[in-house]
Amino acid sequence: MEVESEKDRRGAPGAPPPAAVVMRGIVKRFPGVLANDRVDFDAAAGEVHALLGENGAGKSTLSNILTGLYRPDAGEIFLDGEPVQFHSPRDALDARIFMVHQHFRLVEPFTVAENVVLGDHRGEGRTFRLRHRAIEERVAELSKRYGLAVDPRARVWQLSLGEQQRVEILKALYREARILILDEPTAVLTPQEADALFETLREMASEGRTVVFISHKLHEVKAVADRVTVLRGGRSIATVPAAEATLRSLASLMVGRELDTAAAPRARTAGDPVLELEDVWADSDRGGSAVRGASLVVRGGEIVAVAGVAGNGQRELAETVAGMRPATRGAIRIAGKAIRGGDPRAAIAAGVAYVPEDRLGTGVAPSLSIAANLALKGYREPHASRGPLLRLRRMRERALELIAHYRIAAPGPSAPARLLSGGNLQKVVLAREFSGRPRLLIAAAPTRGLDVGAIETVHAYVREAAADGVGVLLISEDLDEILTLADRIAVMYEGAVVGETARAEADVEEIGLLMAGGQDPRAD
Amino acid sequence: MRIERRLRQPRWLLVAVPAGSLVFAFFASGLVLLATGHDAVSSYRQIVDAAFLNSGALGQTLTQATPLAFTGLAAAAAFRMRLFNIGAEGQLFMGAIAADAAGLFLGDHGWPTAVVIFAMVVAGCAGGAAWASIPGLLRAFFKTNEIITSLMLNYVAAYVLTYLIFNTESYWRETKGFNASVFPTSKALPDPAFWPSATIHARGGIALPLGAGIAVLVAILLWFLYTRTRFGFEAQVLGDSPRAARYAGMRTRRKILAVMAISGAVAGIGGASQVGDFSHTLDADPNGLQKQYYGYTGIVVAALARYNPLACVIVAFLIGALQNAGNTLQGADFPSGLVGVMQGIILFSALGGELLVRYRVRVRRALPAVEAEAA
Repeated sequence: MEVESEKDRRGAPGAPPPAAVVMRGIVKRFPGVLANDRVDFDAAAGEVHALLGENGAGKSTLSNILTGLYRPDAGEIFLDGEPVQFHSPRDALDARIFMVHQHFRLVEPFTVAENVVLGDHRGEGRTFRLRHRAIEERVAELSKRYGLAVDPRARVWQLSLGEQQRVEILKALYREARILILDEPTAVLTPQEADALFETLREMASEGRTVVFISHKLHEVKAVADRVTVLRGGRSIATVPAAEATLRSLASLMVGRELDTAAAPRARTAGDPVLELEDVWADSDRGGSAVRGASLVVRGGEIVAVAGVAGNGQRELAETVAGMRPATRGAIRIAGKAIRGGDPRAAIAAGVAYVPEDRLGTGVAPSLSIAANLALKGYREPHASRGPLLRLRRMRERALELIAHYRIAAPGPSAPARLLSGGNLQKVVLAREFSGRPRLLIAAAPTRGLDVGAIETVHAYVREAAADGVGVLLISEDLDEILTLADRIAVMYEGAVVGETARAEADVEEIGLLMAGGQDPRAD
Repeated sequence: MRIERRLRQPRWLLVAVPAGSLVFAFFASGLVLLATGHDAVSSYRQIVDAAFLNSGALGQTLTQATPLAFTGLAAAAAFRMRLFNIGAEGQLFMGAIAADAAGLFLGDHGWPTAVVIFAMVVAGCAGGAAWASIPGLLRAFFKTNEIITSLMLNYVAAYVLTYLIFNTESYWRETKGFNASVFPTSKALPDPAFWPSATIHARGGIALPLGAGIAVLVAILLWFLYTRTRFGFEAQVLGDSPRAARYAGMRTRRKILAVMAISGAVAGIGGASQVGDFSHTLDADPNGLQKQYYGYTGIVVAALARYNPLACVIVAFLIGALQNAGNTLQGADFPSGLVGVMQGIILFSALGGELLVRYRVRVRRALPAVEAEAA
């Protein structure tokens, strides 16, 4: 493998410098999937280049090829105009291409400095005895220069996710990365941390490095990138300057159709209460109470959203209503009848459908077939069993119907659920929960991790359920989603509902204040 | 060359791979035979003769295979739900103890054979199920690791068995006769408690023990239970994701208890069959039953059968044949360890073959020539 030296690249003024990285006609097949289909991509030195695409568009595959993890089935890669072939990630590292994965590659019991030198086979990382002082000084210097505040002597397990990400970036800087790829780096960050990250990335680009920023969030791409390459269905669709693109144009490139972002206003009459919560308390997993005296009413046909910063008892509230977590105090009534707490079967029988936050771990049995997962809750019903016996043929027919009706992209009803993408997995959960003819639907973070197209689909199904008279309790941390869907908004803070307002009268500022623990100004 | 995950597992593979593994295992074992100075071909012929063809060989093989079928089925029944019941050994002992008591008591009181045999099967079930319910209860209510508890209970069961033969007050101990006063032995079952066997008049008469028939029946019932019933559906979900099972409103504790009890009951019938079909006494030699390790070999049987009850029966037959051949042939020119080595090689290649069912090896073609128009 050959890489041009720094000197060669700087030479030859006048002629436009060759792009730092060019990937041409990249093809990568996996069994059953064409992950990259003749993808073209190039990024210049000194550029922040965003790779935009829905889940499954081929972004991760492309970056894994660039970092030597996968070898392409066809196509070529040029660095500074020179063709290269990576046989292993080591080759890519030697070419100073570095990637910050979504799930960090850090050794938790090690210190920040130790993690930074780990696996570096030049300089300090190579010596038998680590010179901690020298490494720590170098790391501290880098972190100061790039505004990546982190204590080099801290152990990784003590750090927040945002800090861990900084360690990953420091690793790249320590190795003098020329090309840095970040895979959805803001997923674990607070908005402030994200802004700081963007500044660091711009700083790195201004030094002549290339930053490849993978995302499916449009406003971030707009905020940080110079140019955007849009991938869709494994193909490169377009490369556009970020300054000339609008959110809408990017979105339509990404999903291949115009989005209907304006919420359809609905005139809806709320029915009888389907869920009544009175001073409900429930324990958290770590001891202590997570839900502390929550009271709320959801009527048939309305969508009530519970807003709140993560960790204020929303998840536990959803689990309590669904019967997965016993209430320690208070009353829960479904359609006027008190239900036995801590018994999911009683809740299901009372007509509670629940789309859990943790789809793969709770919402489905991942190794079982899609047909079995679609029957997971209704397996005692006539469509899946007669007496103690299963009706396998009927189950399969029903699965085919639901797969067609909900447009689940699946190899077939007998394929294991874990093979499905996030959006299709969520469709399986929704199809099952809706087909149980519920009175109340609890949807906890129903669109987390889904791409724009899938989010639209999920929203449409939630609205459809409400139109059918189902009461919907939507738990979400995404205020945009709440404002798009909800008829009423309740804010949870420290386990209690601290404020409630109709969507029409909602004041975003006030909701934000309540979520942050500010007092309800109307209380006095 | 590279290895890829298979998205679909074609049905033919499920037969072809185990068959291929077996062929490979015999080839590899042949190398071992050659290396130890044996003629591989004639050794194999000897094994086949001793296992199947010699006069009475098939009957001996069935004697070996029957308990393995039961313990294999017991392990498969629990492992399918990812309940790792390692205790088939102890559950088999407990089944044998209970069935022996039933056989002694009812047989001595003049009940007809059919009733006595039925009672022995029921008692065997109950003994095994009760013993398996201990780790089952601990697991369901206290989340104790069933691997440890069921394994430890094997030793307890073995000591209980020994105790019942040595204790002077024991109902199971023979107290009359000269031999009994020299060394403790257990009582012999009365005639009505002898399980009948069908005899095929070929190759010196092949006795088909009743237990072998019951094992086949149990295998069919288990297969039906796991693939065609609501109970089996719940067990599958629970085995795959306990959280999803709870989310779906399944009664998880009951299911754990039920599956452990079923697993124990199957092993327990194995114990009843040991007593009724073969030994006709709890244990003629205090170390006899305990030195066979049927419970542990059963785990191997279940693993090779990929927890499929029907396949368990076939695998148990083959392993039984191999063990029978080993017992018959061991001597100066055929070391007893050799059969163990072969068994190990078969297990390894079968588990290795498993990889081919889930993954496929693709020989890489050369990269397509890169078009020169790039610039």
